[in-house]
Amino acid sequence: MTLTEPEQQAVFDCRQDFAAELLALAEADERIVAVCNDSVGSSNLVGFRQRFPDRLINVGIAEQDLVGVAAGLANAGKIPFVCAAAPFLTGRALEQIKADVAYSEAHVVLCGQSPGMAYGELGPTHHSIEDLSWMRAVANLDIIIPADPVQTRAAVRWAAASQRPSYLRIPRFKVPVVTPGDAPFEPRRAVLLQDGGDATVIAIGSLTSRALEAAARLRGEGISVRVLNMPFLDPLDEDAIVAAARETGRIVTAEEATISGGLGAAVSAAVVTHHPVPMRILGIPRVFAPTGDTAFLLDHFGLSADGIVAAVKDLLRHG
Amino acid sequence: MLSADPVRAAAYRKTVERLRAADEDAVGAELDRLATDVRRNIVRTIDRAGMGHIGGDLSVTDILVSCFYGALSVDPERPQWTGRDRFVLSKGHCAAALYSTLAQCGFFATAELDTFMAPLSALNGHPNRLKVPGVETNTGALGHGLPVATGCALAAKIDGVSWRTFVVLGDGELQEGSNWEAAMAASHYGLSSLTAIVDRNRLQQGARTEETNALGALEDKWRSFGWEVREVDGHDHLALLRAMNGPRTGRPVAVIANTIKGKGVSFMEDRVEWHHKVPTPEQVDAALAELAR
Repeated sequence: MTLTEPEQQAVFDCRQDFAAELLALAEADERIVAVCNDSVGSSNLVGFRQRFPDRLINVGIAEQDLVGVAAGLANAGKIPFVCAAAPFLTGRALEQIKADVAYSEAHVVLCGQSPGMAYGELGPTHHSIEDLSWMRAVANLDIIIPADPVQTRAAVRWAAASQRPSYLRIPRFKVPVVTPGDAPFEPRRAVLLQDGGDATVIAIGSLTSRALEAAARLRGEGISVRVLNMPFLDPLDEDAIVAAARETGRIVTAEEATISGGLGAAVSAAVVTHHPVPMRILGIPRVFAPTGDTAFLLDHFGLSADGIVAAVKDLLRHG
Repeated sequence: MLSADPVRAAAYRKTVERLRAADEDAVGAELDRLATDVRRNIVRTIDRAGMGHIGGDLSVTDILVSCFYGALSVDPERPQWTGRDRFVLSKGHCAAALYSTLAQCGFFATAELDTFMAPLSALNGHPNRLKVPGVETNTGALGHGLPVATGCALAAKIDGVSWRTFVVLGDGELQEGSNWEAAMAASHYGLSSLTAIVDRNRLQQGARTEETNALGALEDKWRSFGWEVREVDGHDHLALLRAMNGPRTGRPVAVIANTIKGKGVSFMEDRVEWHHKVPTPEQVDAALAELAR
C-alpha cells in the first residue's frame, strides 16, 4: 500500500481524533471547556461530557449565543473550544465571530465540524462551502484546515496554546493519513508532500489525498507535479506559493469550498502580486449543490484525482 | 492601550469606600453630583468630536455611575485583575458616556476625552477592549453584550468564584434575537451573579420602540425567560443600587431602568432626533448651563 492509492488506504473520520485530542488536553489543562449547540453527539463530545460534565456547556440551538458565551468564557480565563456544525457556526454567528472573538482578540477556538459537503444529501443548507470565504474576510483570525487525523490533532494542540482566535475545520468525510510524521505544523508553513517541476498542485483538507493520487497518475505519464498542502489558510505560506510559481510555472489549487474566496483566491492574490503564472482554481463554482452523497458531489464538481489531472493537463496544453 | 490616571484612580477608590459607609441621602447626593460631572463631559466630548449619540449617553449616565460607584468591584489601576467584576456596555454606541465614566474613575486621563473619534484615537465611536482599560469586550453591533456577559458569569460559576457580571442593554436592542438566546441560557444555568440592566428610554434611532417593534410587557418577557425582574426609576441612584445589589434568589436579575433619553438637558429630553444629533455651540452652552444647576 502506498500513499498514492487512497482507495486502498485506511480512511478516518477526523472528528474522533479531534475529540480524543481535546479530551487529552482537557485532562492536562483545566481552563479548557467545550461549548456546543446541542451538538454533543455530532461533535463527538460524549466522552468529554462524561469526564467533565461541568466543563461541557451546551447552550442549545442558538449559535449567536454560542459564540458570544465563548467570548465571555475566554474573558474570564477559560479556553473555549466551540464545537458546532460548520455551516451554522460560521453563517449564523458570523458577526459574533467578527466582533466578540476576532476583533476583541478573545482566545476562542471555533471548531467547524463536518465542513464542506460532508453532509452530502442533506443539501446546501447543511453544506459549509462558504466558510473559508467568510472566515478569510475576518481580520485577526487564524484559519486551520486539517487534511488528516495527524493534522487534526496538531491543530487542536496548536489552537489551545496559541492564545489567539482561530477557526478549525474538522473533517467528517473520511480521509487517509497524508501527512508525514515529521511534517511541519505552524503558521506560514506549507507542507511539501511531493516535489516536481512541471506544475504545482496546492490542496487542502479532503482534496489533499486526491492531489497525491493525481500526481501519481501524472507521473506515470511523465508529468512531474509538486504537491503542497497548506494546513494554515491564514496566515498563508506565501513564500512557498511564490517559489512554486517561479520554479514550476503553473499552479492548480484544490479545495472543498466555493471558489469565491478560499484557497484559490488567496493563492491567486499571492501569485499575481509576486510572480504571475497561469492557474486553475478547483472548488465549487457559484452554485448550490444538487442532491448526492459527499463522494458523488466531490466528483460532480471535479474535486477528484481525475479533475486535478485534467486541470494540470489543461494548464500544460493551454497555459 | 491607555493607562490609568493614578491620582483620579486613588480618588475613585476613596470615594467608593466613603460611599459604602455613608447613609443613603449622602450616597444619593454624591452620585447625583458625579452623574452631573459625567453628563458635562459627555456634552463637551461630543461637542469637540462633532459626533456621538448624545440622547442615549444621557439616558444611561445614571446607570453607569451607579454601577461604577456603587456596585462594581474594580480597580482602575489593575483593569485586568482576575477577581474584578465584569462590566459590559452592550449598547456600545453610547461610548461617550462609558468613556466619560471610566475617565472620571481614573481608568485613563480625562484629557483623552478630547480625542474621541479623532484619527488614531484609542476612543473609537464604539469601545475597544484592546485600547481602553475597563472595557471587557468590543461592542457596537447590537445584541452582543448579553451573550458575552453570560459567558463571563458561566466561567465564574464553573470556578466557584464570587465576582459578578453586569451588562447594560438598550431597550431597542432587545429586538435582536441573540439577547433572548442568552436570556434562556443564563436562566437555564442559574446565573445568579449576572445582572442585566435595561436602559428603558422607549426611543430607538428612528422612532419610539413601541411604534417600531413593540417590546410590550418587557417585565413579563424577562420573567417568563426565568429571570427575576426589578423595575426602577433609572435616574434614581439609590433605587438602582438596591436593584443591583439586592439579595439573589438563584436566578439572574433583569433591572428594567425606566429612563428619559437626553436626561438632564430639557430640549433633548424624550426627543427622537437627539439620538445622534450634534448640538450647536449655543445648544452646548445651554446644555452645560442646565447641567451646572
